[in-house]
Amino acid sequence: MLLIKCPWCGYRDQSEFSAQGEAHIARPVNPHELSEEQWGDYLFFRKNPKGVHYERWVHSHGCRRWFNVIRNTATDHIHATYRPDEPVPEFSDEETDQPA
Amino acid sequence: MKKQINRLEHDARLNRRKSIRFWFDNRAYEGYEGDTLASALLANGVHLVGRSFKYHRPRGIYTAGSEEPNALVQLEEKAYTEPNRRATEIEIYEGLIAHSQNCWPSCKLDIGIVNSWFSRILPAGFYYKTFMWPASFWMIYEKYIRKAAGLGRSPAEPDPHFYDKTYAHCDVLVIGGGPAGIQAAIAAGQTGCRVILADEKSEFGGMLLSENMLINGMPCHEWIESKTAELKTMSNIVLLNRTTVTGYYDYNFLVANQRVSEHLGPRVSVNSPKERLWKIRARQVVMATGAIERPLVFGDNDRPGIMLASAIRTYINRYSTLPGKNCVILTNNDSAYHAALDIADEGGQVSIIDVRTNPAGAMADSAASRGIRILANSTVAGVGYSRGRLRYLEAMELSDDGLEAVGKKQKLPCDLVGISGGWNPTIHLFSQSRGKLKFNENHHCFLAGRPSQDNPVILAGSCQATWFSRECMEEGHAAGCEAAKRAGFSADQQFDGVKTGQLEYSPQRPLWILPGGHPIGQGKTKHFHELHNDATIGDIHLAVREGYESVEHLKRYTTTGMGTDQGKTSNLNALAALSETRNLPIPELGVTTFRPPYTPLTMGSIVGHDCGDLFHQKRKTPMHPWHDQAHAVYEDVGDWKRPRYFSLGNEAMHAAVQRECRQVRQTGGLLDASTLGKIDLQGKDTRWLLNMLYTNAWDKLEIGRCRYGLMLNEHGMIFDDGVTTRIGENHYHMTTTTGGAVRVMSWIEEWLQTEWPNLEVYATSVTEQWAVASLSGPNAAEVLQELTDIPLDEESFPFMSMREGRVADIPARVFRISFTGELSYEINVPARHGLVLWEQLMESGRKFDICPYGTESMHVLRAEKGFIIVGQDTDGTVTPMDLGMDWIVSRKKQDFLGKRSFDRTDTSRSGRKQLVGLLTEDPEFVLPEGAHVVSELKSSPPMNMLGHVTSSYRSPNVGRSIAMALLKDGFNLKGQTLNVPLMNGTTQRVTVTDPVFLTGQ
Repeated sequence: MLLIKCPWCGYRDQSEFSAQGEAHIARPVNPHELSEEQWGDYLFFRKNPKGVHYERWVHSHGCRRWFNVIRNTATDHIHATYRPDEPVPEFSDEETDQPA
Repeated sequence: MKKQINRLEHDARLNRRKSIRFWFDNRAYEGYEGDTLASALLANGVHLVGRSFKYHRPRGIYTAGSEEPNALVQLEEKAYTEPNRRATEIEIYEGLIAHSQNCWPSCKLDIGIVNSWFSRILPAGFYYKTFMWPASFWMIYEKYIRKAAGLGRSPAEPDPHFYDKTYAHCDVLVIGGGPAGIQAAIAAGQTGCRVILADEKSEFGGMLLSENMLINGMPCHEWIESKTAELKTMSNIVLLNRTTVTGYYDYNFLVANQRVSEHLGPRVSVNSPKERLWKIRARQVVMATGAIERPLVFGDNDRPGIMLASAIRTYINRYSTLPGKNCVILTNNDSAYHAALDIADEGGQVSIIDVRTNPAGAMADSAASRGIRILANSTVAGVGYSRGRLRYLEAMELSDDGLEAVGKKQKLPCDLVGISGGWNPTIHLFSQSRGKLKFNENHHCFLAGRPSQDNPVILAGSCQATWFSRECMEEGHAAGCEAAKRAGFSADQQFDGVKTGQLEYSPQRPLWILPGGHPIGQGKTKHFHELHNDATIGDIHLAVREGYESVEHLKRYTTTGMGTDQGKTSNLNALAALSETRNLPIPELGVTTFRPPYTPLTMGSIVGHDCGDLFHQKRKTPMHPWHDQAHAVYEDVGDWKRPRYFSLGNEAMHAAVQRECRQVRQTGGLLDASTLGKIDLQGKDTRWLLNMLYTNAWDKLEIGRCRYGLMLNEHGMIFDDGVTTRIGENHYHMTTTTGGAVRVMSWIEEWLQTEWPNLEVYATSVTEQWAVASLSGPNAAEVLQELTDIPLDEESFPFMSMREGRVADIPARVFRISFTGELSYEINVPARHGLVLWEQLMESGRKFDICPYGTESMHVLRAEKGFIIVGQDTDGTVTPMDLGMDWIVSRKKQDFLGKRSFDRTDTSRSGRKQLVGLLTEDPEFVLPEGAHVVSELKSSPPMNMLGHVTSSYRSPNVGRSIAMALLKDGFNLKGQTLNVPLMNGTTQRVTVTDPVFLTGQ
């Protein structure tokens, strides 16, 4: 079970959170101007990498806030978590993000 | 009662003052406190304890621990019974009852042994091959196969025990309480950090409990006692004996199962939890899990009386039992020589068959000096077994390459054989934590390789092939210090070291499968590498011949390692056999990943207290006590208990619903609508948000007015509906479906937080803050007017508006909205007043002939009017247009959630399923919901399906059955007659109509 750092509450068990898929997919400002393909891409197409993945989580059984997680899907290593209004943090593959 | 003929003089770890009586296969035996069922049976001279899984071969006790593949018994009877319990793990208590498994009528005379005679036609993959065709026959075979295969029986009665669960955090978790684990826990504990020490056995000490050596001149059992006493003085260490760490998950999350009171017997332990499941988040983990001896494989190596050499040592030194008088040790390494020496010390006869060409060194010298006969460079060519007892081994010499048996057979009479093929470090948990395993050519076993977790586990002792206790303790100390340091504590204590006087070992000979008199896999002799599931070396050869060459395929095809023991004694031998067959070195074959749990968990332990009334919350409305008294029959809607109907006298559901529905339209009815989802929305941007959430326009909604809305997802599909009311300038009250309340709340939060964080909108779930009584019917206004001074005339309180005031002297919001089509008032009051409101309304309604009604009548009433229920008449593939609700979709709004998807090819095509009404030819016939509608009837499926029935009722107000359905191109089918083939083979003809069955008011 993952140990996830909620940007507001700190480290909590995975069971308090829900995964919500890929992060940084902005809703198009003018959907009606989009082609069928562009709208389909927004609706359906998601990355499914083996490796680093930017994803959204929500602290559903806690503060109910949404935030972003950089997680390696192959190792489940979490590189960083950050609020939606924060810039994407830089990270190195070596870095660990664990409580001392 | 039989005498304990194999009991030795010394006490070992037993309490010889307390003898315990128990029953096995209906015979009474006696053992001592501290015995396991296995040790007590062996002490009583019982070798045969069960029959094997597939061939029903007689089987005995093979090990002395949780790795036992053989001695599985049915523990206790009736409600207390548990199948497949390992006799080697059960601590005996007064009155224990156990039975052998998988045999009928008795263990000694088992009918199933015929399987053994037919073993030629029961090869690996037998079930796959035989029962593949015809598939439907599996239903018939299965009954017999299940009965034949069996193993134990599950209890039929409810479990009288209760189970506990706990969460724990610690700085250092030490797994395994042997010499390494004890030292690790002490070292870590000395730094002041929080330590948990868990060990699966009843007492700490690990392999030292099976030893008789001296530590610093002190008998090792005394050393254990002094260390255990030291641990107990340290208040920062939680000591968990009888606790198996069964799972190792991400981020040092581990699960351990503590057997709290099982050892006291079931009738005592009903008063305290039987087991407790620990969920532990550890900063650092030290694995000191030890090693498990692995067997050598030879023909008929499964006979009772053949066991691991280390198990013999355990029975002698821990349980004061020598399970035979005349013993043979069969080994490829030095560790088993200890067993021979222990047997000789206890006065038993013993000789050694050593597969090594020239066993030499300290251990061999030691055995020779004791006069123990050593047959070097030898193998076993035959096993003599009859009437429940081992009789002899036949030894032969090995050829130079070790692949054949040569020379003359030599008969060695014996009743006990100890085997050793070396040791496998217990690295299951390391593998579970996704650490990689590496084959070690020096020790001929898998060792922990690269760990995968961020706070990598630290290993100590024989789980990393450190074989001598002295070194295990040193490693344990170092591991404990290191773990504490990594957890942020300062740990610089020195370890004094100990003296044990253990002799050095000579190298082992990595011979895995011993050649015998004739080729493996031929003739009647079987070479079992896997006793639990009766898998043989012959099966491996067969699997490879049939193309199942990879480890993963082999495992599944032969069922190797798939028993409840997870192949603790068999996995490496299977790999070795595969390696020989495929002529590839073991490291190139790979290894399967170990999965939790390490040992089986009971369902009770997993469930804990989450059963019965605590299984799931029940949400009840404030009016619930009234419903109870009025004989409400409840329906689960989400977590809510909603009255489905109120039974008058002996009225059944149908009669009650017909009565309620009639009465609502004739006089009036009262529905508890408190469960409806309610969200309070405030802030200056709320209207903008509503415009995005709903398909219709919200700009012109005045204060005090209500509007119905459909909520779509971005695919343009309906996922909720409800009425939203403007309470103030920037204040709205949104209602949702009962089941959709959480979903809608999350939906709003998601958009507000992730997409439109600059909006000023505050969304608060107020579902439980408001109790709602929905008063509906021609007399509704009269009933309500008795309790309120809010003017109810059409002009001052029109349809789709809200008034605030007092009802029954309670502050209330009254909404004039309707889900029945009748004049209706939804009266909202603070939840704590809900019951009073309801009682007052029922009281006031009495002279106006108002009845309470439930959700079933609500469904009928709304269907009469053609109102949809989201989730019943829609299923996530339905647009507003599919329902004929184009009127609610704004043409003017440039954007709302889901709008763009209306133009998608699939959403805008013709021929989509559309909501229509259905009238059956037989007006009294009620179609089953979910029934398929077809145009062209055929004698058997498949038929071209147009769609399905979504709602179907007997309507008393229409005076016949009514139904709604989603049909392909349904709007164009109106007036047509179609067919609904039913499960019972008959067909109902239906006419497609508009889904509104009652018009007016």
